[in-house]
Amino acid sequence: MTQTDLTRLTATQIAGLVASGAASAVEVTRAHLDRIAAVDDRVNAFLHVDTEGALAAAAAVDARRAAGEELGPLAGVPVAVKDVLTTKGVPTTVGSRILEGWRPPYDSTIVQRLRAAGTVMLGKTNMDEFAMGSSTEYSAYGPTHNPWDLSRIPGGSGGGSSAALAAYEAPLAIGSDTGGSIRQPGAVTGTVGAKPTYGGTSRYGLVAFSSSLDTPGPCARNVLDAALLHEVIGGHDPRDSTSIPQPVPDVVAAARLGATGDLTGVKLGIVTEFVGEGAEPGVMAAFRESVDALAKLGAEIVEVSCPHFRYALPAYYLIAPSEASSNLARFDGVRFGLRVGDDGNRSLEEVMSLTREAGFGPEVKRRIMIGTYALSSGYYDAYYGQAQKVRTLITRDFTAAFERVDALISPTTPFVAFPIGARTADPYQMYLADLFTIPTNLYGGPGISVPCGLSDGLPVGFQIMAPTMADDRMYRVAAALESVVGTFTPPAL
Amino acid sequence: MAAISREEVAHLARLSRLAVTEEELDTFAGQLDVILQAVAQVGEVAAADIPPTSHSVPLTNVLREDVVVPGLTPQEALSGAPDAEEQRFRVPRILDEDVAS
Repeated sequence: MTQTDLTRLTATQIAGLVASGAASAVEVTRAHLDRIAAVDDRVNAFLHVDTEGALAAAAAVDARRAAGEELGPLAGVPVAVKDVLTTKGVPTTVGSRILEGWRPPYDSTIVQRLRAAGTVMLGKTNMDEFAMGSSTEYSAYGPTHNPWDLSRIPGGSGGGSSAALAAYEAPLAIGSDTGGSIRQPGAVTGTVGAKPTYGGTSRYGLVAFSSSLDTPGPCARNVLDAALLHEVIGGHDPRDSTSIPQPVPDVVAAARLGATGDLTGVKLGIVTEFVGEGAEPGVMAAFRESVDALAKLGAEIVEVSCPHFRYALPAYYLIAPSEASSNLARFDGVRFGLRVGDDGNRSLEEVMSLTREAGFGPEVKRRIMIGTYALSSGYYDAYYGQAQKVRTLITRDFTAAFERVDALISPTTPFVAFPIGARTADPYQMYLADLFTIPTNLYGGPGISVPCGLSDGLPVGFQIMAPTMADDRMYRVAAALESVVGTFTPPAL
Repeated sequence: MAAISREEVAHLARLSRLAVTEEELDTFAGQLDVILQAVAQVGEVAAADIPPTSHSVPLTNVLREDVVVPGLTPQEALSGAPDAEEQRFRVPRILDEDVAS
């Protein structure tokens, strides 16, 4: 088998080859490292490639197999990890200058579980600084390019993870979703991205942006692979006090059930507010065709109005920056990362201000200031307080909808991948990319984006939103849709 | 009418410990104004009697067993520090000389 072939396989196929001995984990890893070396100067999906660590992890899997040990379902499968998760001894920058060169002294829970499962971490992927953005253009280390069209954005904030999948640099990746940062990059790169129920995956070692919303989750090129990865990383973690002390729903069984293509008895609700004027025609056409396909598989389709969803975007852009302004106070030039201007004469406060000025990029500064504004006395009630009340109303919209339907559906994004540079001058235009993904984060439920078609040769994502702790439902519907529309391969790089 | 003035942005930058430049102030003032006018839409919602949601998971008082678990060594904890001394984080002076004297 040639090396090119190994990078084109699903995670499930790779694990099968490794388990049977048809390919070694080291061969698989080398094939992916070679692919990264061949294309990543054009894609820029990776901020750090851990060649040595990956080959050592792969060799350990091969040794365990040789010793006759039982291997897990993803043993020997390479995975790319968003640079928002700490990795012991391996650089973790969060796409920011303020953490340039930082090597964390501990692994995040997600990374610990990836290692324990025998997956092989290839390296850390590019992202908008502190996960604030929808295009990966706010990375301090240059934008990631969409493998479908290198002049276009790969989505964000986790554009590196999704682009690595679409460019066949990795078969699996980890992202984090605060307002759509897994699902939106998945949509515009033609890959699968799942945001688990908030609290269903651990935030221990996830560099905090907005703690009541941040949710790590799986990215893959197909639904079953995403479910297998979800199963490996999910579940209760005593080190995260917001982690839900319940087992992960059986997402793998749900994906397998969905793949049979039978949705009899499943009731889906199209979100009325998201199929009006919000999305461009090519996106709506692919969405409508997919809805028809789901109906042919036996699903009952209705429309459901969620009247407060139109306020989700403004509420989010108050809540998330408010939490960020508090969370990012820890970047003070004392315990880790950059320190600027400490000449022996300047005060702590001056050094702190110079450090943060030099270390943070423009979007991070904007959000810190918006959050500081929204939390300041005099504005608190009208901005942050009111946004929290709107969050309650959005949650009630979801709860009422799920009394009528099993899951809600919509396009994942209003538009396909836009050209690099098209939205950076007007920050609010960038925010609109997350119009359809944000309500789920405010509610705390799970959501998945699965590719459903092309518009002018660029991928369109289909979003499925499910009730809290019913992650299995969205995998079933996503796998059923995939069984009809298939997976999508970008032009050769 | 602008939702926020250049002077207010300068004040926010100071509160946020960001030593922004004059040029940045010009850019940020316009951008923050657009963002704040847009997010002010939340005010259109009648929500006087609605309780706020700070968190989607209704967990309270999450405690763990009182058992000793391994933590970071001092060397590990200080490994990323820009400056350290005698197993401590070294910081610039925190009192002005006239205050200290």
